[in-house]
Amino acid sequence: MTTLATGAPVERRRLGIDISMPVLLLFAAILCLLIVLPLSWLFYYAFTDKAGAFTVANFHRLVTDAAYFDPLLTTFALAILSAVICCAVAAPMGWLVARTDMPLRRAVRLLVTASFVTPPFIGAIAWELLAAPNSGLLNQLFRDLTGADAGSHLLNIYSFSGLVFVISCYTFPYVFVLVANALDRTPGDLEDASAILGAGTWTTARWVTIPLALPALVAGALVAFLEAMTQFGTPAILAMPAGFHTMTTKIWSLFEFPPKPELAAAASLPLLLLTVILLRAQHMVLGRRSYAVVGGKNSEPRLVPLGAYKWLALLASLLVLMCPVFLPYFALLNASFTKIASHLVSADNFTLKNVQFVFNELSETSVAIKNTFVLGILSATAGTILAVVIAYVTDRKLVPGYRVLGFLASAPIAIPGIVLGVGLFFSYTKGPIVLYGTIWILLIAFVTLAMPAAYQQLQSAFRSVHPELEDASRILGATRLRALRQITAPLLRTSVIATWCFIFVGVVRELSAAIMLFTSQTKVLSVLIYDLNESGDLNAIAVLGVFMLLVTSAVVIVANNLPAFGVRRSS
Amino acid sequence: MHGPRMSRRDVLIGSSALVAGAAFSTRVLSAAPPASAVTPDLIAAAKKEGKVVWYTSIDLKVSQEIAQRFEAKYPGVKVQVERTGAERILQRIGQEYQSNIHAVDVVNSSDASHLAYWKEQGWLAPYVPEDVAKFFPPEHKDADGMYASFRIFLCIIAYNTSLVKMEQAPKSFADLLKPEWKGKIVKAHPGYSGTILTATFQMARDLGWGYFEKLAQQNVLQVQSASVPPKKLALGERAVQADGVEYLIFKEKESGQPVEPVYASEGTPLIVGPNGIFKAAPNPNAARLFESYCFTAECQQVNIDTGGLRSAHPHTKEKAGRMPLKDIKLMKDDPVGVLKSAEAIKAHYVKLFHV
Repeated sequence: MTTLATGAPVERRRLGIDISMPVLLLFAAILCLLIVLPLSWLFYYAFTDKAGAFTVANFHRLVTDAAYFDPLLTTFALAILSAVICCAVAAPMGWLVARTDMPLRRAVRLLVTASFVTPPFIGAIAWELLAAPNSGLLNQLFRDLTGADAGSHLLNIYSFSGLVFVISCYTFPYVFVLVANALDRTPGDLEDASAILGAGTWTTARWVTIPLALPALVAGALVAFLEAMTQFGTPAILAMPAGFHTMTTKIWSLFEFPPKPELAAAASLPLLLLTVILLRAQHMVLGRRSYAVVGGKNSEPRLVPLGAYKWLALLASLLVLMCPVFLPYFALLNASFTKIASHLVSADNFTLKNVQFVFNELSETSVAIKNTFVLGILSATAGTILAVVIAYVTDRKLVPGYRVLGFLASAPIAIPGIVLGVGLFFSYTKGPIVLYGTIWILLIAFVTLAMPAAYQQLQSAFRSVHPELEDASRILGATRLRALRQITAPLLRTSVIATWCFIFVGVVRELSAAIMLFTSQTKVLSVLIYDLNESGDLNAIAVLGVFMLLVTSAVVIVANNLPAFGVRRSS
Repeated sequence: MHGPRMSRRDVLIGSSALVAGAAFSTRVLSAAPPASAVTPDLIAAAKKEGKVVWYTSIDLKVSQEIAQRFEAKYPGVKVQVERTGAERILQRIGQEYQSNIHAVDVVNSSDASHLAYWKEQGWLAPYVPEDVAKFFPPEHKDADGMYASFRIFLCIIAYNTSLVKMEQAPKSFADLLKPEWKGKIVKAHPGYSGTILTATFQMARDLGWGYFEKLAQQNVLQVQSASVPPKKLALGERAVQADGVEYLIFKEKESGQPVEPVYASEGTPLIVGPNGIFKAAPNPNAARLFESYCFTAECQQVNIDTGGLRSAHPHTKEKAGRMPLKDIKLMKDDPVGVLKSAEAIKAHYVKLFHV
């Protein structure tokens, strides 16, 4: 290419345009392969019987058998409640840290990130330590303070409300990050205009700031709903001991020996259908409005002075953060260094045996740590590149059928990871490509599962960057890819880094697909921890949970400060 | 594939040999290979392979202890312990073998019927360690030399002594159905645990499903592994376990935790956990070395002393302070029966307990 490129600039430009389309089509093809292949298997299994003949019996069983219908209702209730709670908590908090003079704004933001890098199943186990009816630390405290008798308790984490609570704790960061980032990008001049025209702070918020943040909030609510709906680890840890299933744990139980993949495939299709409806609804709500908030001319957002209320705001934020961060990590730290996880660390109780067991004796630890971080970095890099290109293509409507691309990129969110795991299992255990037993099948699973959230995030970022800047670049002779690299990508830097971290953390959190696809040599930390939970080794889980927080945070911090991403404090 | 194909009937006969000597007393035994001693050549070959992958359902702490003892005795051969519930192991190995992934060297299951199943599939390799040939009674080794009883233990009721006084403790399974235990019981799952599947089979046979129907009304805390209930008792999370492994109750009790075993008046389910080697083992020599080590009196004795397990090796001694096996009223184990009804048991259980 370089030899040809020595010609006139005009020559170079034409060549550049020529390779743009094939590159974009290649990405489209990858996406199709990632998503269409396992989905085809899913449909094939849902509509066939064991002999391979067409049938709708699987769906008939789904709606007539209470063992399947009840979990479906439970799941919807869980998802709706969690999404509402997440928005109610995360939107005000996002506004507080992005647009007000609340003290310790940056610290609050960092702590929400800490709750995001906590895998939900670790959070669920930590909340078992805190709020199991008899041995939970908070319930012990309650009995000590009130003198209540041994059988009574304040909280019972093994319940539907306990489940909603824990899922909300670890889903609200999705909404928070989206809202806070959107508010960061909202230009101050629109608010200034509102203020100049005589509107007060609250009027401006109501008519300017909130509408501009609405796409992010709606996207956040959607992600929260779907995240709660497709969660597997938390219900497996909290609901099954209480004697009820959600759809994902029900699907998982269908893979117990002897497996019934056809029922599991059928059970996952209602979830897929619901997601399609929700995505359409989102499109109808937001589709007609224009949200180009980063134009050629831009100014910094104004901070709203809260006056004396700022301390109240801080207190409220810290109280919220007790639930996903302070209390759980207190419980995990405590359990890391005690013999019995329900006792508080004391002089005669303190032990380093748990740490020693996890890192010196447990033979799976080193394998799992290595696999997890190799997969995290590979998936985050591949996934971010893919998501940037797809969001770009769909937002700028560059190829015919871009809507289909956007749908495909969003579709996996409706597929419980465990079902995607099975789809991939069938796709890559026979035929031309055999990937089962290697980390590549896990890579495909993680990239596919991360795609909807990554795509949503980048798409709402693209939506707020006006094409005029790119147009300017292209008028001056840049190819589409060059404009993307040199103009659009730097403008989206925060979102791109956030997406990379998002996928990395997503991989560390991912359990439900991994549990179908791992083998003894490709085990990841989440699967190891799930195994440890099933065998009740709470102390070892606590050690690994604290370790995961430290290492994941380190990776996120390094990623945010890499020179390659062009770190520059905006003035 | 080499060697004659096993018929299902042979398998059933073979697996029944594991339990009841009487069941096969008329059969001529000749299929088992001669006993194999641990030779310097075997040790050298094992060291060359460097590791052995052991899929087991023994509690993680106990299995890692066994692994460490082996590694100390044969430095240079690592044991990679893959611990999960026996029913999960069945699923995982099936899934891996379907895709031609041969990762497992040695397997240990708390559901003895699994070994019969893998033998039926033609997946196991015959190998008879010296100790098994010389000392193990016929009811604790496979007639064709595919596996032998690595561990024996019970699935028992137990309680937390700081939450329940000894005189109020349940004495029988029937006692657990009393209203006073509602919301206070922890129980493991037959879809995950081979111990619980085996115990559920024996109890449903001897007590009837009516017992489980009533137990399902007691708001039990439903956990997965049979090694969790003893831990939940030690945490103080529940007062009584309806089922769970005896060996961890011993371990918790002997390390000072307030737990106490109960041997139910109706009889206590007996669980046998055999070890076997896979034909397609990636580390065949290390597998044989490990298998041989597992059945030595030395290993079996430490299993008893620190693992809380029981042993079929006649050169071992039971630990003082524990109820001797011969004094306990046992339910009869029957892997053939379990093999035939495992699926039905799991389905029935899920119907009653909803998960």
